[in-house]
Amino acid sequence: MTETTNNWLAACRVEDAAENGGVCIKHGEDQIALFYFTRRNEWYATQNECPHKKQMALSRGMIGSATDEPKVACPFHKKTFSLNTGECLSGDECAIKTYPVKVENGTVYIGTMPKS
Amino acid sequence: MKEPQIIVIGNGMVGYKFCEKLKSKSNHFKITVFGEEPRRAYDRVHLSEYFNGKTAEDLSLSKENWYQEQNITLYLNHPVTRIDRQLKKVYDGNGSAYDYDVLVFATGSGAFVPNIPGIEKEGVFVYRTIEDLDLISNYAKKAKTAAVIGGGLLGLEAAKALIDLGIDNTSIVEFAPRLMPRQIDAAGSDMLKSKLTDLGLQIHLNKNTTCIEGDENITALKFSDDTHLAIDMLVISAGIKPRDELAKACGIEVGARGGIVVDEKMQTNDPSVFAIGECALYDGMIYGLIAPGYEMAEVLAANLCEGDKSFTGFDMSTKLKLIGIDVASFGDNFITEPDCRTIIFENKHKGIYKRINVSNDGQYLLGGILIGDAAAYNLLLQTSVNRIILPEDPEELILGARGGNEAAGGAGITGLPDSALICSCEGVSKGDICSAVADGGCENIDDLKKCTKAGTGCGGCVPMVKDLMNYTLKAQGKYIKNVICEHFNYSRQELYDLIHIHSLKSYDEVLDAFGKNDGCEVCKPLVSSILASLWNEMILKKGNDVAQDSNDRFLANIQKGGSYSVVPRIPGGEITPEKLIVIGEVAKKYNLYTKITGGQRIDLFGAHLNDLPIIWEELIAAGFESGHAYGKGLRTVKSCVGSTWCRFGLHDSVSFAIEIEERYRGLRAPHKLKSAVSGCIRECAEAQSKDFGIIATEKGWNLYVCGNGGSKPQHALLLATDLDSETCIQYIDRFLMFYIRTADPLTRTATWLNKMEGGIDYLRNVIIKDSLGMATQWEKEMEGLIAAYKCEWKEAVENPAIRKRFSHFVNAPEEKDPTIEFVDMRGQKRTAEWKSV
Repeated sequence: MTETTNNWLAACRVEDAAENGGVCIKHGEDQIALFYFTRRNEWYATQNECPHKKQMALSRGMIGSATDEPKVACPFHKKTFSLNTGECLSGDECAIKTYPVKVENGTVYIGTMPKS
Repeated sequence: MKEPQIIVIGNGMVGYKFCEKLKSKSNHFKITVFGEEPRRAYDRVHLSEYFNGKTAEDLSLSKENWYQEQNITLYLNHPVTRIDRQLKKVYDGNGSAYDYDVLVFATGSGAFVPNIPGIEKEGVFVYRTIEDLDLISNYAKKAKTAAVIGGGLLGLEAAKALIDLGIDNTSIVEFAPRLMPRQIDAAGSDMLKSKLTDLGLQIHLNKNTTCIEGDENITALKFSDDTHLAIDMLVISAGIKPRDELAKACGIEVGARGGIVVDEKMQTNDPSVFAIGECALYDGMIYGLIAPGYEMAEVLAANLCEGDKSFTGFDMSTKLKLIGIDVASFGDNFITEPDCRTIIFENKHKGIYKRINVSNDGQYLLGGILIGDAAAYNLLLQTSVNRIILPEDPEELILGARGGNEAAGGAGITGLPDSALICSCEGVSKGDICSAVADGGCENIDDLKKCTKAGTGCGGCVPMVKDLMNYTLKAQGKYIKNVICEHFNYSRQELYDLIHIHSLKSYDEVLDAFGKNDGCEVCKPLVSSILASLWNEMILKKGNDVAQDSNDRFLANIQKGGSYSVVPRIPGGEITPEKLIVIGEVAKKYNLYTKITGGQRIDLFGAHLNDLPIIWEELIAAGFESGHAYGKGLRTVKSCVGSTWCRFGLHDSVSFAIEIEERYRGLRAPHKLKSAVSGCIRECAEAQSKDFGIIATEKGWNLYVCGNGGSKPQHALLLATDLDSETCIQYIDRFLMFYIRTADPLTRTATWLNKMEGGIDYLRNVIIKDSLGMATQWEKEMEGLIAAYKCEWKEAVENPAIRKRFSHFVNAPEEKDPTIEFVDMRGQKRTAEWKSV
């Protein structure tokens, strides 16, 4: 099971996350964007850096959906990425890493081994 | 073989059109044009717009080098004085001779001047050419009262011109017992008369002028009933007189009451000589309208190129706007019972009169008259011309759409045959338009105009052309409704109204009520903008923070590298030394790069997200507030220094700019809004490049709207002149609310206006004449928005929940983003280049 092999980072309390938006989690030298998609009652985590211009910005982006695919739009140039797979939905080659998220006793944990 | 020489005498609209049509068909001819006026052919139909700010060049029908490009020799200011038909030569005033193989008279007409004693006095003018307009305009400066002889179409135009020139006391004198005797009946004339009287014109009917009084200058008109009318100037517009004198002198047959006699091929009694336009007399009739003139040009051009076209008379239906009043007549407008059955609708309260004449069997529309509302004109005309069977209740044709059902209009155009002539100026049929859309790929009105020329003449058919275009696009399944995104099946305007009616206050409420799924980066900022425009609540409350565009979400402009810039409001660009020092100190303390912006304020760059609240706390403590540089809404109101210092300044432009900036600060709109106030016509504040700009005049303020800098610069257009400050603000209130309510998302005012049917005239009607009846409501809404204004940065720093979001790491709130890098440049920092990708 992945749960046993993954290192779970206690990222923040549920109430610290932004409802229907993102926050940025410091993980050593890394930055992870954490999204609380309240509307779908789903949690997502991705790299915070937008691969397009290497900006630490995805956590400040707007989230939403394309048909049913949850996505985030980078605030810089509105490139959109799937929150599920990390795939760029704006037709570019670049993709982002995504991480597993779990919530236990009001604490949000991010698995630091990327899903993708 | 030598190319045939064609000489065209006359460079008016029809002469020009003939050249254009001939050139488009063949290059086989050598064309030489003689014009007696000093300029290239211009649009005489819209001559009165010369007084509304259009220049002679604007009115010109062709670009300056058009004749050269077409290889046409054009002689301006160069009348032909004599013709020798035996030698086939024309002579000019210098005695130079020019050979022709084909001679075309397009000499048009002059004003008919009745032989009234005293007609030679100073202050008596005709209304025909740009030169006439210049003379009238000069003389009008010293005139207080004026009259126009002639209550026909041109006479009313001339009266409008006099009012535009500032002569409020203007009379129209007409010999006949009614106005526009060739177009409208007595009841229509009564309605028109009462509308014109409301506008301040005095109408005298049944008046036969017997004498023009005065010594050198005109002082009064004397009438056959021994009454007098004291006036300072007179414009004669009593009809037209074909310019047939040259033709007559060389033995070409002319009619007893003037006009060069032509047959259906436009040929005179000399087979090498032709006449077209208002100088031509066909079947005993002069056709004093532009459309038949163009048709004659087409007939002649086609036949010279071995076509076989005939002119067989022309429908003299007209529709025009006189001083803002629709007047139209079509078909057999005067036919009466028992030869037909008339249906008349009259609304004296609104000044509307409509009459249609229906055949006795109720099958066909024969003709009619429309005053005050001619929206149905095109459809009625086509119904009559194409002999379309009338519906059971033909009164519906003039009673308009009742119960909001517009199906009648749609069914109307679809019922027309392909041969129906839609643009009579350019002779474009319904079939031409539909196939240009279906096969020619035209999907907007501009393309369609370029491709078919429909709507490029008088412009009256444009609404119908548009309807046909949309109808054809729709039929092809191509018509795409302008919806916001996959989550909202509405246009911005529809959603604006829905949110308004249902009093929704947050993005989630709107999505739940009118959208589907989870929203996206298109609809979120759009809905947020509408919410802000409607309620002006703090934009980061009610969960709306995550529905804001990134700049609005953090109330600052995100810059390359991920830092933010800070722009405090500096209304009108006026700032005290103390406040300047505060800005300097804040910039030093937080290591910010400073630059003066284009909008007369100071931008502080390179702030970390974490530092924004504390920076603003310090700025607010010193009396600053948010400059909304990050929002789609009012940015700045620039000003020049104005009359307080400048030796040229007429009014205090700085104070007015500050008043306006403080009035509309925080107002959110479909796109950013910029403004400026200049203290005189030197325009140092560049107000004419703004969404709304104000320039001081001797008497008040001129208000310009819908200007734009940016990638597609566009000058603002004059909306109103010589306003007092209060009226100026009232108009701006209405203008802004109209824009906010109706513009597409991310559409600047310039583009909004460009897309607006009817353009600036329509906008002027809505804003100044309140044609939509919305002015009071808009002013009230604006007052509500102004009253609700609060500095959102002050609210943000004082609200702990909002303030908490201004940190980079949620799990390390004190730490700034370590990846932001700056480098040195000219003693300040700047952001590092994009990292290579």
